[in-house]
Amino acid sequence: MAVEVVRVEHLVKSFTLRKQKSVKESLLNASRARTTNETFQALADVSCSINAGESVGLVGPNGSGKSTLLKIIGGILTPNQGRVQVRGRVAALLELGAGFHPDLSGRENIFLNASVLGVSRSEAQRYFNDIVEFSGIPDFIDTQVKFYSSGMYVRLAFSVAVHVDPDVLLVDEVLAVGDEPFQQKCMDKIRQFQHEGRTIVFVSHAPGQVADLCDRAILLEKGRVVVDDVPLIALGRLRRDYQRVIEANKESNETEHSAYQASIDSVYLTSEQPSYHHSEFQVVSPPGLTLCVNLELTFAQPVSGWSLQASIETTLGNHCLSVNTRDFLDAPLPTGSGTHKCVLRFPDLQLGEGDYVVNLALHDERDIRLDAINRAGLFAIRTNGHSSGPVYSDPTIDFDPV
Amino acid sequence: MSLAEERMERLAGEPLRDTNTPRGFISGVAQSVSVIWSRRELILLLVKREIKSRYKDSALGLVWSMIRPLMMLLIYYLVMGQFLGAVRMIPNFAIYVYTGLTVWSLFNEIVMMGTRSIVENAGIIKKIYLPREIFPLAAVGSAAFNFAVQLIILLLAAFTVGGGVNGSHLLYPVLGIMVATIWGTALALILSATNVYLRDIQHLVEVLLLIGFWASPVVYSWPMVASKVGTTLQEIYMANPITVAVFGMQNGLWVGNGDPSFAPDHLLARLLITLGVGLVALFFCQRVFDRLQRNFAQEI
Repeated sequence: MAVEVVRVEHLVKSFTLRKQKSVKESLLNASRARTTNETFQALADVSCSINAGESVGLVGPNGSGKSTLLKIIGGILTPNQGRVQVRGRVAALLELGAGFHPDLSGRENIFLNASVLGVSRSEAQRYFNDIVEFSGIPDFIDTQVKFYSSGMYVRLAFSVAVHVDPDVLLVDEVLAVGDEPFQQKCMDKIRQFQHEGRTIVFVSHAPGQVADLCDRAILLEKGRVVVDDVPLIALGRLRRDYQRVIEANKESNETEHSAYQASIDSVYLTSEQPSYHHSEFQVVSPPGLTLCVNLELTFAQPVSGWSLQASIETTLGNHCLSVNTRDFLDAPLPTGSGTHKCVLRFPDLQLGEGDYVVNLALHDERDIRLDAINRAGLFAIRTNGHSSGPVYSDPTIDFDPV
Repeated sequence: MSLAEERMERLAGEPLRDTNTPRGFISGVAQSVSVIWSRRELILLLVKREIKSRYKDSALGLVWSMIRPLMMLLIYYLVMGQFLGAVRMIPNFAIYVYTGLTVWSLFNEIVMMGTRSIVENAGIIKKIYLPREIFPLAAVGSAAFNFAVQLIILLLAAFTVGGGVNGSHLLYPVLGIMVATIWGTALALILSATNVYLRDIQHLVEVLLLIGFWASPVVYSWPMVASKVGTTLQEIYMANPITVAVFGMQNGLWVGNGDPSFAPDHLLARLLITLGVGLVALFFCQRVFDRLQRNFAQEI
């Protein structure tokens, strides 16, 4: 039985961008005052529904409306149109330590911050020891917060926040704070939240975190829902869109052009082991395959000292391996003009379950780019599930080995 | 049953509620009041935060909040009363001034701190949803605390050097305090909300309060006004709620020479009417506040 805890219907939110604020300017431009006010549409007709117990990641580029959506669900902003309904206790964790007063002690701030987050005094009293213990700074609890290090500050703030006991937790980029052991503690707490059936909606720019924690991701772009699906699909799409922006930036920044002309023409992936084709992936295979990247390189004129770079990444952009014909492969390369066919072979590729891309780049002897193709090929590894992670192994266990 | 299942069951039993209910202009009051009431603990904590942080790290702490009014009492007694001779026209001049000053500073502090309260708490307002009225209300609370301290000193002074209080007229100062608090709260609500959109408000308020101080009979007396202006102007003068509140305070807590001309006619009726109008103003200001608060998070 699915219980809906957040229902968002046709949400529209726009902001007025004020360009001038001084009295003198507005008096001088009184007649034009209206025209200088531009509006920015942060959300354009967003609808979605979130069920109890789900963990949903809101992803998208900067300015896509993620935080605005979160703030409207939390009741902080009022939409221009549309409706948001919620069920249960909703806590918005958009900034750690909102309402902390530097002159008060940690103890006093715990009660103040808890009250700001909607926890009654008696509840705060009950959780007080847990909060102090979780923060790991019991020695400083009666010290004024202004003397805290920034790490101590966020630790205390996070400890209060996770003891609020919400049904729906709205988080903006503050899932884990502090040093590594404390971050681990934060993540364990979030997992515990999930086990307890709490709903988590969080905005993140860390695809790994979203893929790891969420069972669903909503991709927003320019105030619209572009993908609402499992994280892998939403993040894959986001990655592709980012890649386009990155390439566009690169092209506009590229000031130095090579004296030569060359291109990577056809690229396709094959495997030397039996594998099957798929509409999306050129190769779908178990681990341990020999991946062949079949290429055609065309040189308009002879280029001496060129190099080819190839890398394998997950579709989420995690780098797995890369090779460069200059640094790693001691192979003679043809230097003449015309088209050269070649096969780049990656034997015994023990990758874990997942979807991978191959990126290629061609450089001249001064390392100036001649051509590059990102996501030149897409392949998938399907395992029998005996291990997880980016590297695959099929483990065995023996007791009392002789 | 696991924790998660219990939660599901509980949530399934709850209705969906709107996060941004478009409240009616009249019907929204009850909703606002109940939401604010549910956060009364927070208001109290914010008042404590204000008071504690003001005297944090000072050795004398709360004693400071008494030293300033005590010094003022001394100055009024010595400089204005004795040196400048005000005591010849107003008997017990120090108590007279101090009585008016206490209620004036209550009003003054509510309006001044209330006006800035929303902008000063921008950090919380932008990140967490709260009924935003609690910030001006916390300003009211902390002003009330300072007032209480001054009132204690006033009463002590009245009994030691001022010849006691006017026992049969004690209802007057109570009404006076209510008038000052209710009008102050109403103004704090509407000014704090408009200050978000136009920061000039907080500077304007400072100037107007300066005028307001001299427009109410704190350091001069009613006979001085009545002898100079006609009845129409007298009525306009009396329309100022703080004037009425100051008269109310003086009527109960300052024992003059028994001359009834120190208070205007029908003071009790005036106090009650001012209070009634004040409640209507408070209602109206809260409704305007409620409308304006919807865009606080993005405008602040």
